[in-house]
Amino acid sequence: MTDLDVIPTLSPEEIAEIEHEVALIPRRDSAAIDALMIVQRHRGWVSDSSLKAIAALLEMSPEELDGIATFYNLIYRQPVGEQVILFCDSVSCWLRNGDGVKEKLSELLGIDYGQTTADGRYTLIPVPCLGACDRAPVMMVGDDLHTHLDDCDLASLLTCEANHD
Amino acid sequence: MATISIDGKHYEVEDGSNVLEAVLGLGLDLPYFCWHPALGSVGSCRQCALLQFQNADDDRGRIVMGCMTQVTDGMLLSLSDSRAKAFRADVIEALMTNHPHDCPVCAEGGECHLQDMTVMSGHRDRRYNGLKNTHVNQDLGPLIHHEMNRCIACYRCVRYYQDYAGGTDLAALGSHDHVYFGRHEDGTLESEFAGNLVEVCPTGVFTDKSLVHDYTRKWDLQSAPSICTACGVGCNTIPGERYGRLKRIHNRYHHEVNGYFLCDRGRFGGGWVNSERRLRQAGAQMSDGCFAPLTQEQAVQRLQTLCGADSKLWGIGSPRASLESNWMLRSLVGDEHYCPGFGPEQDALRAVMTALTEGGVATATLPEIEAADLVIIVGEDITQSAPRIALALRQSVRNLGLEQAANLGVQHWQDAAVRNIAQNTRSPLVEWVSASTRLADVATKTLTLAPTDIARMGFALAAALDEGAGVDGLTADQTTHVVQLASRVLGAKRPLIVSGCSSHDASVVYAAQALAAAVARRHAATRVVYTVPECNSVGVGLLKGTHKDLADVVAAAEAGHIDTLVVLENDLYRRMKKEWVTRLAAAVPNIVVLDALETSTCDAAQLVLPVASFTEAEGTLVNAEGRAQRFYPVVSDVGERLPGWQWLRLAAVGRANRSDLETLMHLDQVLEAIAAEQPQLDGIRAAAPDASYRDRVGLKAARQPHRYSGRTAMYADKTLHEPKTPVDEDAPLSFSMEGESHALPSALRSFVWDPGWNSNQSLHKFQAEIGGALKGGSAGIRLIEPKGQPAPGAYSVPAAFEPPLSGWYLTAQYRIFGSEEMSAHAPGILAVSAGPTLILSADDALQLALAADDGVTLITADGSVDCEVTVDPALPKGTVGFVVGHAHLLDLRAGETVSLEKKPGLMRRSEVIASDGVRVYG
Repeated sequence: MTDLDVIPTLSPEEIAEIEHEVALIPRRDSAAIDALMIVQRHRGWVSDSSLKAIAALLEMSPEELDGIATFYNLIYRQPVGEQVILFCDSVSCWLRNGDGVKEKLSELLGIDYGQTTADGRYTLIPVPCLGACDRAPVMMVGDDLHTHLDDCDLASLLTCEANHD
Repeated sequence: MATISIDGKHYEVEDGSNVLEAVLGLGLDLPYFCWHPALGSVGSCRQCALLQFQNADDDRGRIVMGCMTQVTDGMLLSLSDSRAKAFRADVIEALMTNHPHDCPVCAEGGECHLQDMTVMSGHRDRRYNGLKNTHVNQDLGPLIHHEMNRCIACYRCVRYYQDYAGGTDLAALGSHDHVYFGRHEDGTLESEFAGNLVEVCPTGVFTDKSLVHDYTRKWDLQSAPSICTACGVGCNTIPGERYGRLKRIHNRYHHEVNGYFLCDRGRFGGGWVNSERRLRQAGAQMSDGCFAPLTQEQAVQRLQTLCGADSKLWGIGSPRASLESNWMLRSLVGDEHYCPGFGPEQDALRAVMTALTEGGVATATLPEIEAADLVIIVGEDITQSAPRIALALRQSVRNLGLEQAANLGVQHWQDAAVRNIAQNTRSPLVEWVSASTRLADVATKTLTLAPTDIARMGFALAAALDEGAGVDGLTADQTTHVVQLASRVLGAKRPLIVSGCSSHDASVVYAAQALAAAVARRHAATRVVYTVPECNSVGVGLLKGTHKDLADVVAAAEAGHIDTLVVLENDLYRRMKKEWVTRLAAAVPNIVVLDALETSTCDAAQLVLPVASFTEAEGTLVNAEGRAQRFYPVVSDVGERLPGWQWLRLAAVGRANRSDLETLMHLDQVLEAIAAEQPQLDGIRAAAPDASYRDRVGLKAARQPHRYSGRTAMYADKTLHEPKTPVDEDAPLSFSMEGESHALPSALRSFVWDPGWNSNQSLHKFQAEIGGALKGGSAGIRLIEPKGQPAPGAYSVPAAFEPPLSGWYLTAQYRIFGSEEMSAHAPGILAVSAGPTLILSADDALQLALAADDGVTLITADGSVDCEVTVDPALPKGTVGFVVGHAHLLDLRAGETVSLEKKPGLMRRSEVIASDGVRVYG
């Protein structure tokens, strides 16, 4: 059952952004994906309490919204690090030694797929393709695409990324 | 009709259906998962693959999905082609990769559609050596057990739960190999129809929790055709028994009454028959108030003494007892001394009886409810009072969308396409109700009004359709609503008026009858549904006679006209106020109570007799549409209990004028006697075959499947000898596995099973067409058919509701869990039942500084009672609602004026449960 009292869990900015999306479409629940992305942009991930708040705001049940949220790999229903590394594990990257690069990256960060570094900086997630097969192997760190990883010094790349912030 | 060729043979099948339905309808086997006759096709599991050929020269063919392919004339198909078979074997192998090898400990084992389909598809050896996905199961409440590892992701559960039943708290979570069907967190499933997941799920993900905890396999269950006793709809059920205990209740298909589904009260509410409060032995009250146990023989002697020749005998019958028992009581005491024992719903119920018998408008069958294109609900929260009807109404609102799809050439069974086309399009469903309802999500308009105002709306719309004078004093909004609705009625093709007894206000029923008559004059296809509170309310109402009121009984008692009062399966505290029961008990020297459960009324009795329940006796019930239906015992060892009519028959021995009753030894004889005396009930004999029924080889119908095991072992704690098969002289059924279980009249089918089809999906083998009538004919018989022209009945418009100057006007509110007397004693139902609830409007709650779950003391003319608050923002001003049937609230009456006081320090139910895990109410 929808509990309206949970809506204030969201910030006024988040609510305003979601309401903007709602205004553009005929039904409130059609804004579900946008709303999830808005909250994730603000908070890094979508917690259970955020989920309930968004559901209440969009007049849908938490189950209906969670069905959507959990369908998409890039809506994070668990806390993630400051930066999410999306590492391509698809065929082009694999042909160009993607596995070897991933090994090195895991060693460097001390984490495997689905894990977050102890300092909370990085979460490593596999992704099926980033649309840059001609420059394989590739990954994204945050919003930045990194290509030709086979020839690259991962440590300095991550340092650069860190400084870039 | 279309002619299709399957593996070289020609068949005539229905045009426009899909190939899977056609193939199954022909009695051929084709495995499937995601398809369900009530849910249509989505083509997601890919299991019903077969080969279709372009023409006679095409020897390659192509794989098509049976459920997604429309039948066309001249179609060439192959089920048995090796490529189709190989494809199906591959699909099942893939579906089975994550399925655990836990059939031996799975509650679904032995009636599992997945098992059947796996065997049918020829998948025997597992080649997949990888790890299987495992999931954490959820606690879905006291009724349904969740075991997610068994899931094959056919999506039937969410399609049923969300799309069909309108539930919102079960969803498909995750994606690809991690799909999870559950809630977003642990908690009781909210839908009143969640129990059907047990039968909809093709494997053991959702199972009956009470069955899981007290388990018996389907093949070891003794079953019998039965009728649900939890409300007036009369859904057909199959109770399953072993070791003398009711293990579970399954749906028994009846295409005109309940189709494929039950409500949760019906499915889980039968557990009261196993209750500790069952009466097991007769008892006589001693001077200290305790009961001394009596043998059956002693009890009969005592009964005969109390009912002796010169004893002034009166009887109170019961709308929850069988027609036979009520008739026997009425015959024993004489018509002028018989009271049917109706409660506060009496006036409304009598209005319903008049509407049914004289209203001239036919009552809708289940398919007619589902086909309605305009529904007007007059004063009934139908999900609470007749839940199965509400589930059907949820389908009726789809008709406009189905029509849009049909206009685009899309068949109704193309479920995803139809829903895509329909989006939120709904056929009109208008509710005039006294509080928020669970149908509001599909209603085009919900008006919450006091009962008299609901009646006024009905009369106003009736007048608008008849171009009559109308009703004075409607608000501008109400007038607009009536005008708009009148034009919608004119445009409808199959309008349906729904009303009933739940408001305990006869004017609501009069208005519904007047409205139905006005609508029916415009459309011959108009149908009505009237709800009644109990399983035999209409049956008792149909008994001819003077039908004394309870007040007459009390008056007669106080005038000294009653020596012995026989109370048949009736807790008088639920029928009249406590003070009246006390007066009655004080005035009558001898009270005999016959009942299945120990009730408060038993304390007032000198003699208490244990009555066989619906699982232990045979009898006839008449449902709200006037359909007489028979139920049969499923338990053979009933101990000291007897059916109510048998006790009463024995009581008649000493009655000079009715010693003939004693000779009615068998139920069939009772039925004959009823029919001979009351011609309007003549049909009851034809409701089911009589005890002389024999199959082709001279046997009765079997209650046990052929694989019934442990006959010699199951009673080894009592005797080492194999017990003799119990004899049931009254029923056309035997307590045996011997006998026909296939070519049976529908009224005698105790279970569905067909070679290779162990689950309830075997039902299609017994249907004349998929989703249609059964081959064995319709069980039961309608006793009431509309005669004459639509008649408006008592046309008296009540005055507009005025909120009391001080205090509140009390309205009756039913709850699916808790309002019905017997089911409230089933452990699962008890756990989900509401406490003594008072429903307040948001304004009143604010004014009284009360919030949900707070305590409030309700003060009436008779006394006061403590309640828990529920806030309903839509409650009409000046009214408060109370939950009908709750043990603490039995003295409240709809229409009374009450005052309220905040009660600080009331321990909330949630706190009580949290503190000691024991419920306080009920």
